[in-house]
Amino acid sequence: MNWRAVRAVVRKDLKVVLQNKGVSMPMIVVPLVILVALPALAAFAPALQSMPGTPFAGLDNFIGGMPAGLRAELAGLDEAQMMVVLVLVYMLAPMFLILPLMVASVIAADSFAGEKERKTLEALLYTPTTDGELFLAKLLSAWLPALGVAWCGFILYSVVANLAAWPTMGKIFFPNLMWLILAVWVAPAVAGLGLGVTVLVSVRAQGFQEAYQLGAIVVLPILLLVIGQATGVMYFNTWLVLLLGLLFWVVDLLILWYGGRTFRRQQLATQM
Amino acid sequence: MNSDPVIAVDGLTRRFGDVVAVDGLTLEIYPGEVFGFLGHNGAGKTTTVRLLNGLLAPDGGTVRVLDLEPLNDGPALRRHTGVLTETPSLDERLTGRENLEIYADLYGVPRTEVASRIESLLEGFELAHRADEKAGTYSKGMKQRLALARALLHEPDILFLDEPTSSLDPVGARRVHELITRLSQEQQRTVLLCTHNLAEAQKLCGRVAVLEQGRLVALGTPAELARRLGRSQRLEIDVAPEHVPAALEVLEARLGVTDPAQENGTITVIGAERETIPDLVTLLVGAGVRIYGITPQEPSLEDVYFALHGEEVRG
Repeated sequence: MNWRAVRAVVRKDLKVVLQNKGVSMPMIVVPLVILVALPALAAFAPALQSMPGTPFAGLDNFIGGMPAGLRAELAGLDEAQMMVVLVLVYMLAPMFLILPLMVASVIAADSFAGEKERKTLEALLYTPTTDGELFLAKLLSAWLPALGVAWCGFILYSVVANLAAWPTMGKIFFPNLMWLILAVWVAPAVAGLGLGVTVLVSVRAQGFQEAYQLGAIVVLPILLLVIGQATGVMYFNTWLVLLLGLLFWVVDLLILWYGGRTFRRQQLATQM
Repeated sequence: MNSDPVIAVDGLTRRFGDVVAVDGLTLEIYPGEVFGFLGHNGAGKTTTVRLLNGLLAPDGGTVRVLDLEPLNDGPALRRHTGVLTETPSLDERLTGRENLEIYADLYGVPRTEVASRIESLLEGFELAHRADEKAGTYSKGMKQRLALARALLHEPDILFLDEPTSSLDPVGARRVHELITRLSQEQQRTVLLCTHNLAEAQKLCGRVAVLEQGRLVALGTPAELARRLGRSQRLEIDVAPEHVPAALEVLEARLGVTDPAQENGTITVIGAERETIPDLVTLLVGAGVRIYGITPQEPSLEDVYFALHGEEVRG
């Protein structure tokens, strides 16, 4: 493996992505909304308790409708604390996974399909890199930043959540074990999922927009998790996130195995 | 040719669906040659370059480049080939220098030499003053020069140039011509030149291959091709316009030339050799024709090209 060449492609792709506002802006704005604005707003959640027409107005009923495991984890907290923990620890957990997914998809779409669109792929194919090196470099170009954004985001979220909830909680309550697993085990797998699907789509797509839009389908599993938790069908706990991570990793490996088999210079060159 | 060919192609064929892009191509190219690939758009030139570099798999035939098989030995082969693609294929969001630095790493240029080679190429192609600006801000000619610098960065043994001077001004084009000649003659590097510019091909190429719809329709030196096609030397006789009829009469009566091409007092006699000029002058002067000049013309590659494509030869 020629690591110098792999690093060169990663360096090139990251530089190009960072120069593209259409690609880099969502990577800044979305994390700020999910990791700063939402948890900061959550600080006001206890105030909603007295407002009629919100789920929090009848918090007891709402909690009563949730799975028993979640009820047990909230036991011992007063109502305001329950609300904060419910929102910051559980409701926003699946939203956090959108970050690595989005970053990986955006960069992968730009790195694979965008390169075709900009007509820079041909020069790259004429270099002595092997197909495997090119494929790995392209994967790392999208996966490493997704991981970086997810982990930095996790640290940022931890700080904002504790600060925002301090008046209610009076202690550092975040992250718990489930979130640590989410960040270290699930987020990289979710990034791999976004990356894998976008790579498969990008091989056939002619441009960034087409690849990104087709690849957006991968957000569906995450949306299902958000809805499932909001409606009380399921809730995130340590075992579930471990299992989810495993499931995502298996899907990643299958997609990347297939992608690696189909990523051939000769296939790409016929599309130029 | 004394040495072994650096490129040996036998019956090379490549199809895209029902379209045969390269159809049974057979040729050999030798070290230090500047070899021209001529043909209309879609003739198969670019596809051939891709096949020779292992970017496409052939449907038939065999290819050996530097004694390597491009499809199976692609990475090893591409260390020794440099390609200037039809479009510059630059990362326009990166600076000129960054473009070269990244490709130096991709081509495995020794780390200790990267900076000096890049500096030398930037100087040589007159890009040093804009090296740290984004390539997207460059003019077409500058982009072309940067792409050419990138193709030369790893000092390839074989250089594939697809329309290298298409975006260059006359001065830039002349420098590229000098560079090609120097690479070939002084450094024994092989250059495969794909071009529509027939004058450029005639000036630079020792041999040319003319492709039509993927088939090789002619191969050889421009002079060989002209002979094979019966295109011989011609004379351009410049006479006073009012004396053209008298000159035509002499040419028909004494040389058997009927209906030669003529334009503004210039009569073109095809098939007349340089040695006939003294007698011709004597005859024309004897007939009272005022002669301003007689110029022998070698058959041009343009003549050959148009003859091969069944089109009217100009002049």
